Amino acid sequence: MSDVNSQRRNFLKTSLGAAAVAIAPGMLLFQVAQGKSDGADAKVRWGMLIDTAQCKPGCNDCVTACNKENGLSGGIAVTDSQWIRKIDLKDISTGREISLPMMCQHCENPPCVDVCPTAASFKRPDGIVLVDKHRCIGCRYCMMACPYKARSFVHEPIHDQNPDVPRGKGTVESCTFCVHRLDEGTQPACAEACPNKAILFGNLNDPESEISKKIHSVASIQIRADLQLNTGVHYQGL
Amino acid sequence: MRLFASLLLCCCFTLAWANDSSAPKPDIGKGGQCVKDPQWMRKNHMHLLKHQRDEAVRKGIRDDQISLKNCIECHASIKDDSVIARDDSFCVACHRYEAVKIDCFECHSGTRKTAWLQRNAK
Ligand code: SF4
Ligand code: SF4
Repeated sequence: MSDVNSQRRNFLKTSLGAAAVAIAPGMLLFQVAQGKSDGADAKVRWGMLIDTAQCKPGCNDCVTACNKENGLSGGIAVTDSQWIRKIDLKDISTGREISLPMMCQHCENPPCVDVCPTAASFKRPDGIVLVDKHRCIGCRYCMMACPYKARSFVHEPIHDQNPDVPRGKGTVESCTFCVHRLDEGTQPACAEACPNKAILFGNLNDPESEISKKIHSVASIQIRADLQLNTGVHYQGL
Repeated sequence: MRLFASLLLCCCFTLAWANDSSAPKPDIGKGGQCVKDPQWMRKNHMHLLKHQRDEAVRKGIRDDQISLKNCIECHASIKDDSVIARDDSFCVACHRYEAVKIDCFECHSGTRKTAWLQRNAK
């Protein structure tokens, strides 16, 4: 392997150009133009702020975009994978109705990772919680542990996957924050697809990012904050 | 001398395969310059892939060159854009000959990304 490494180092020295790509005001993704990327940055914590006032009941655009991007069937039977769902809530005393998208909350202290016997469930340095399907044995402990019902088990063989989103029978999966798009410098498909800009995606650790500024100025909550999982997804107007 | 010996060995190896009529004749697709020399790849490609997959999935270190996607980019058949569709497809031909099951494509797509995009553009 040593000659691979020295070759690679030389290659990097000569051809590496790091390009800063602005994907939202105050939010920079450093993307490697060619060669090998530096990988997930531990100084970053990816997160979302979902504005329930902007999310329209009946609109399903984020779910559709997710299904298309990640190759999900779109079915909602118990055996179908759902990475993001629309939830409608009604306050029975006041009659107020709201609608919001729910997905993996990318917990800072994820119970799914705690219970996984094979270390297949893990948290990337930039806070994204993923399943390493090379290791997952399909025991589904993580599905039981997740308080948000965010994970799905793949029951049937899958064909013609998106080459960037490998998925297969016998493994558990959930929202990845579109990690394959993120590593290329673009936003998650749902955030991009929302016609009302209800989903704000960004780096919670960067005080200059749009999401940090908004979280500091408007009231938002984490769902089931009492569990102290410190979720990466925050909700506004709940 | 070493070089000569290894050259000789290579020749013998190729000849041995050439003489064996049942030897696999994979469709190498576009082919071109590989990340390592072909003989090395024949023996060791699985180690490269295994090393790279952990780096990519767990640390987000994505290598443009050493990746399954890049293998498929060069070696998917010109005819059907796949490394697994037929008996003589790039991955299948040798794996069948050696009777080694490929697990990669239980989850991974065996299709060239551009072809997949074309098919799924809507
Ligand atoms: S929401 Fe569920 S699946 Fe996602 S990180 Fe938290 S516990 Fe794990
Ligand atoms: S189903 Fe897979 S990811 Fe979940 S706990 Fe079991 S081995 Fe870990």
